Amino acid sequence: MTVEQLLQQTGWQPLLLADETREITGGYAGDLLSWVMGRAESGDCWFTIMSNLNVVAVAQLTDVACVVFTEGVTPDASILAAAKLHDINLIRAEEPTYAACVRLGELLG
Amino acid sequence: MEELLHYHFDVDGENFASAGEASVQVKRLLRQMGFSPDLIRRISIAMYEGEINMVIHANGGDADVYMDPERIRVVLKDHGPGIKDIALAMQEGYSTAPDNIRSLGFGAGMGLPNMKRYSDEMTVESTVGVGTTITLIFQSA
Repeated sequence: MTVEQLLQQTGWQPLLLADETREITGGYAGDLLSWVMGRAESGDCWFTIMSNLNVVAVAQLTDVACVVFTEGVTPDASILAAAKLHDINLIRAEEPTYAACVRLGELLG
Repeated sequence: MEELLHYHFDVDGENFASAGEASVQVKRLLRQMGFSPDLIRRISIAMYEGEINMVIHANGGDADVYMDPERIRVVLKDHGPGIKDIALAMQEGYSTAPDNIRSLGFGAGMGLPNMKRYSDEMTVESTVGVGTTITLIFQSA
């Protein structure tokens, strides 16, 4: 499933689409950035409520397919600018993290 | 041990938000050189943890990356307070990071363990009051 298909299926809000053809191969949920760096896999859809600038660096270094800010968290303009610079897909979901994970799990099958 | 290429980066201790710039540049360089995605990921994550540690604990430092086709060596050197008990610091979950750093999503006590996990060899040399030097070696073949 691509990032574009995820958006179509869920109705989640695209905040920044750097590469909507990027394939999503799994998911990871977490807010402790070092924990995420140790556990998230390349191609994961990363769910977080953490919205500081370091999220962009972690997304880039772990090579996740996209970042989904859950629980209605809205990142500020500096994060969007950094994500644009580093080609990171950013998405926003109103759902709680657990519900968002369940939806991804259903879609990935 | 004289590798073919050497890159030096100053890690700015003042700006936590921009921490990771050196790692991102190294990631780009390694990609241009055609190293495998898994190796690039391991190196850049381990180096980022080192950068973050230098910003949190030591007001910055120096990162040197030495590359040749067979291996990559990353040397992270700071003049911070040093690590009192290296074995304790290597344990997952142990952290001396302050609360304001934890609120940013760091300080989970995963920095050094992640560096060890992702490197093939890791050496920590530290003297209290003098500083810390961490050497990470990654085999590419």
